[in-house]
Amino acid sequence: MPLPSKTIEIEDLRLAYGVKEVLHGISFDIFRHEIFAVIGPAQSGKTSLLRCLNRTIDFTPNATVNGSIKVDGQDIRRGDIYSLRRKIGMVAPLPVGLPMSIYDNVAFAPRCAGLSQKSRLDDLVEKCLRQAALWDEVKERLLSLGTALSGGQQQRLTIARALSHQPEILCLDEFSIAIDPVTTMRIEDVLKELKKEITIILVTNLTHQARRLADRTLFLWNGEIVELDRTETVFSNNPGSKKTYDYVNGTFG
Amino acid sequence: MADRTAIAAPFTQTAFGRRKERYQRIAQWVFLGMALAMIIPLVSIVAFLIYRAAPSLNWNFLVDIPRHGMRDGGIWPALVGTFYLVGISLAVAAPIGVLAAIYLNEYAGDNWFNRLINLAVINLAGVPSIVHALFGLGAFVYAARFGYSIISASLTLAIMTLPVIIASTREALASVPQSFREACWNVGATRWQTIKAVVLPNSISGILTGVILQVSRAAGETAPIMFTGAVFYKAVQRGDFFPYHLTDQCMALSMHLYTLATQVPDVKESVSYATAVVLLGVVLLVNAGAIALRIWMRNRKRW
Repeated sequence: MPLPSKTIEIEDLRLAYGVKEVLHGISFDIFRHEIFAVIGPAQSGKTSLLRCLNRTIDFTPNATVNGSIKVDGQDIRRGDIYSLRRKIGMVAPLPVGLPMSIYDNVAFAPRCAGLSQKSRLDDLVEKCLRQAALWDEVKERLLSLGTALSGGQQQRLTIARALSHQPEILCLDEFSIAIDPVTTMRIEDVLKELKKEITIILVTNLTHQARRLADRTLFLWNGEIVELDRTETVFSNNPGSKKTYDYVNGTFG
Repeated sequence: MADRTAIAAPFTQTAFGRRKERYQRIAQWVFLGMALAMIIPLVSIVAFLIYRAAPSLNWNFLVDIPRHGMRDGGIWPALVGTFYLVGISLAVAAPIGVLAAIYLNEYAGDNWFNRLINLAVINLAGVPSIVHALFGLGAFVYAARFGYSIISASLTLAIMTLPVIIASTREALASVPQSFREACWNVGATRWQTIKAVVLPNSISGILTGVILQVSRAAGETAPIMFTGAVFYKAVQRGDFFPYHLTDQCMALSMHLYTLATQVPDVKESVSYATAVVLLGVVLLVNAGAIALRIWMRNRKRW
């Protein structure tokens, strides 16, 4: 069996806000078409890691990034930042429906990338809303406001928007904290389906979610990698580190 | 017996509860009283002015020119002059102010240069109007050689209103949640695409309100225009909409009121009061317009 190809290569990544370093030189690779989970307690640098990936960290004043991140072999500091962000779909923890119609919410990204042909936009919007398991609920009212949807629907709208620029990598940051278990399960099914086409990075506090979905799991603690291994190993009775075992089993500290 | 009190206890009012209730009522009355106290001066001023002005308040007063050495007749030249001054100053200050505010709020990073700009804006907003007047005199009348003219006076008013427009526009922009911007950036939108699609549509009502409120401020100021382009009297045609050239001096309502009240002996009393009513009316009308616009826009707000 050939080795899976790397889509993201992170080497000695250091991130500091002012003088406070939050990621202390971490290195790992993410393979194509895997679901890669990042678990760890609050303040361990999970969200910061994602923000480094699509360079939205650039918007944070006094954040300094060192080390290198390569996506498909290309250093992300070179090349077009907007294409990079289109390559990486990002779903924030809290649902953000933009104050525009449901249709425009999904069509926003392709339009920003210069797509204006109505028929292609229509197709794309339908495809993304279907992928996000939202189409059946909103197909009758695509022109009503995205912000008028319920929290769970807005979260799926956010996912549809993240898929709308046809990313090759999808990052989900605690996507399920604002939605109910049933919807969560539906989205998890969607993710398993999407895995055939794209790479998924799942940041989560729900260790069970990582166990259910992920191929590999990274346990990040205080900006350092405690353990990175196949999910079965991380959640087994003897993972590489005692800390991992304690965290996963809820007896941390 | 003891058991019964125990059961009744959860909903029985205690001494502490009664005291709390009393303080709450007192507080409410005090606040209401203050709110009413604020209305009383406004209502009495308006009522008093209108009562005194009544003999002169009619259509003719608005469109006629001052007669008998300004002791009678109307205020047309001053009314038109005020529109000129306010219109031109706003046409200059609004675009500059709004665009500058967009830069400061959406693009500028946190470095010494932008902090310096911020400091300048805040301090400029606190400069007294008489200082603006002197600046306008030096900069526009003499240095730029515009002379005593509408253009000098308007530019002076523009400089005066600019910092406040910048401040209020920034306020409006800052009220758009940061999460909206981040959502746009995450899907590969540029800053400008984000501003166009999300930030401006959701802050435009606040921006416009801020700009319009500066109209009333510009209309009411006397010092800046007195130094730079307003005159006591200027002969124009009755009801003429375009009596002034940009390089002409002009009359203005605030200046006219000052003149009538302090410089002209034996003015018919109702004439100066009527001038005050018209000035107040213009300002209130503009403010009411701003409020209406705000309500209309807010109903279209989308989150």
